[in-house]
Amino acid sequence: MRIARIALMGALLGALVHTAPARAEVAAQSWSFDGPFGTYDRASLQRGYQVYSEVCSNCHSLKYLSYRNLEDIGLSETQVKAIAAAATVPGDMDENGTVHDRGGLPSDHFQPPFPNDNAARFANNGALPPDQSSLVNARDDGPDYIYGVLTGYVTPPAGYIVPDGMNYNAAFPGHNIAMPQPLQDDQVTYTDGTKATLQQESHDVVTFLTWAANPELEQRKRMGVHVIFFLILLTGVVYALKRKIWAAVH
Amino acid sequence: MSGLFKSEIKNPVINWIDCRLPLFTMMSKEYGSFPTPKNFNYFWNFGALAMVNLVIMILTGVFLAMNYTPNTTMAFASVQHIMRDVNYGWLLRYAHANGASMFFIVVYIHIFRGLYYGSYKAPRELLWQLGVVIMLLMMATAFMGYVLPWGQMSFWGAKVITSLFSAFPVVGQPIVTWLWGGFSVDNPTLNRFFSLHYLLPFVLVGVIFLHIVALHITGSNNPLGVEVKGPADTLPFHPYYTVKDSVGICVFLIVFSVLIFFAPNYLGHVDNYIPANPLSTPADIVPEWYFLPFYAILRSVPNKLLGVLMMFSSIGVLLVIPWLDTSKVRSSRFRPVYRPFVAFVLPICLVTLGEVGAHSPVGIWVILGRVATAYYFFHFLVLMPVLGKLETTLPLPESISEAVLKAKTLKKAEAV
Ligand code: HEC
Ligand code: HEM
Repeated sequence: MRIARIALMGALLGALVHTAPARAEVAAQSWSFDGPFGTYDRASLQRGYQVYSEVCSNCHSLKYLSYRNLEDIGLSETQVKAIAAAATVPGDMDENGTVHDRGGLPSDHFQPPFPNDNAARFANNGALPPDQSSLVNARDDGPDYIYGVLTGYVTPPAGYIVPDGMNYNAAFPGHNIAMPQPLQDDQVTYTDGTKATLQQESHDVVTFLTWAANPELEQRKRMGVHVIFFLILLTGVVYALKRKIWAAVH
Repeated sequence: MSGLFKSEIKNPVINWIDCRLPLFTMMSKEYGSFPTPKNFNYFWNFGALAMVNLVIMILTGVFLAMNYTPNTTMAFASVQHIMRDVNYGWLLRYAHANGASMFFIVVYIHIFRGLYYGSYKAPRELLWQLGVVIMLLMMATAFMGYVLPWGQMSFWGAKVITSLFSAFPVVGQPIVTWLWGGFSVDNPTLNRFFSLHYLLPFVLVGVIFLHIVALHITGSNNPLGVEVKGPADTLPFHPYYTVKDSVGICVFLIVFSVLIFFAPNYLGHVDNYIPANPLSTPADIVPEWYFLPFYAILRSVPNKLLGVLMMFSSIGVLLVIPWLDTSKVRSSRFRPVYRPFVAFVLPICLVTLGEVGAHSPVGIWVILGRVATAYYFFHFLVLMPVLGKLETTLPLPESISEAVLKAKTLKKAEAV
């Protein structure tokens, strides 16, 4: 009996931990949102948003988020209104059939930098900058990997020929990436006085993008801790009840 | 026979209903006083767990469907909308997506239990076959569900699996076109998959009902595999097994919660967070983990048609094992030669197949895949009929109650 059980557990574990296909190794970073009690570092989120809006948003859309979502990272309603208002959004159609642009509202989705994919490709040497709303979830070890890409623009090994219009990147699969190095030291000037090293900027923008992909993370983990705590108690009670009911039989 | 049913229920309102529609009497007969072997171990929890799981799938599914849009231009965005804007939408979706994985874990253990204790043997053949039909329906449902979020793996998985039918000569390509509703996996495909994905779970409910009716005709098997001889061998289902199942349900919910709340994407594939793109094939197209062993069998055979046939027969063979197994004894506990094969070699074979299914078929993976595929069929087609005839089994206990009593005295003696 016991043997059968162990075999079965082994079988299940084996089935669950099937390994992902190989890729250039990226170093694991330490993130505020790691672990069962992890939360987003608010200051880092706001700095990350600054990096996104000053740098990445020139090429990458964030189309599944709305401006109002920024209140989650600690921006005030007024700040969000101002950010939204700076965007131009196609508005209502008048009776002549003309669509009038209007300023954005907090309920509008983030406006993309290019009107469509073809325009985005055209502006980027034929490569499409992917939407960043769920990019962290769309890569294995998303946060570490994207950090790896942002900090991975190193001198290629001697003799390595980088194709025209491409850039060498240590973390990107195949190493030839169409995106030019987006961040360097002091690419942005942080309003909170934090020193904007390449590592700091990368760390902050990845924290922001992880939030963008998983805005429910804090609520989810908090709820999970409560639910599991409750279930463990319940299991104890039910098990005690079972022992009691079965006492006469055993 | 006509006229009112003579209900013995005291409560006047319930009695009034029960006389006209004896549901209450039926429930209390089938789930209250139902005589159940007294020696179940925790493997017998998994049927109840599967029921709970199905209910969770239907509930979360119905609420997801209220917010989901089955259109190729909007499906991906609608799932994002569920995750971001719908109140507790993330919980619904993560529960549904991980619920599918939990469902397969539970049902695979449930099936393994049946294999180990010989629950498929007479008189439970039809009960077992209904179980195999349930597994097939689950697979179809999960496959179509996985297409709905319309990510890269949704699209390419749908394409690869439906294309399998093109292996059949003459009728193959027309079947594929018919399944797709066009000449490629496109909007008509997504629409019909959504329709069927909503329908099949309710077909499942029907087949599960028959599965349980058949169970309540033959009665449950048990770890000893000897039939119930009399009242001394059984306990009423309630409270003994309602409470024991509740323990299992609690543990099940803990495991399920760990997945939902702390590793919601662990069992998924990252590529499904990239919107479907018919022009860009992912580096490696892999199905969900619960299909990997079957996928491995498919890819182990160099000939496409033969591979498809082998994959379908790997499930089809389960339908006939009640007659392939020639042993007079049900439970592997009393089958010293067969036992290591079913308890070790078969599970290892299946895990190997699962691992093989997750890798491109090159090098060592091809060889492993072939060896494991060969063993899988060898187990059912050769070992089962031959060992059943040759093996000397251990003496069976007189009855369940005798065996339980003996175990109890042994335990007491050890304690002293
Ligand atoms: C000049 C335009 C441009 C800017 C600015 C830019 N990117 Fe990109 N990015 C691209 C393009 C083009 C690609 C597609 C690269 C490819 O497929 O080779 C890309 C791809 C990526 C990828 C995906 C790599 C992969 O695995 O496919 C990540 C991650 C990324 N960018 C992050 C960022 C971040 C973070 C910023 C802001 C700090 C940023 N990008 C700024 C153009 C840009
Ligand atoms: C046997 C029960 C069921 C199984 C095994 C199952 C399985 C699945 C799977 C694997 C997915 C993909 C999840 C993902 O990765 O996003 C899915 C999605 C979906 N299912 Fe089901 N499902 C079941 C029942 C139902 C029912 C009864 C409904 C509706 C009434 C339903 C509605 C949906 C919807 C709307 C989606 C798309 C949203 C999403 O992708 O999260 N499901 N299902």
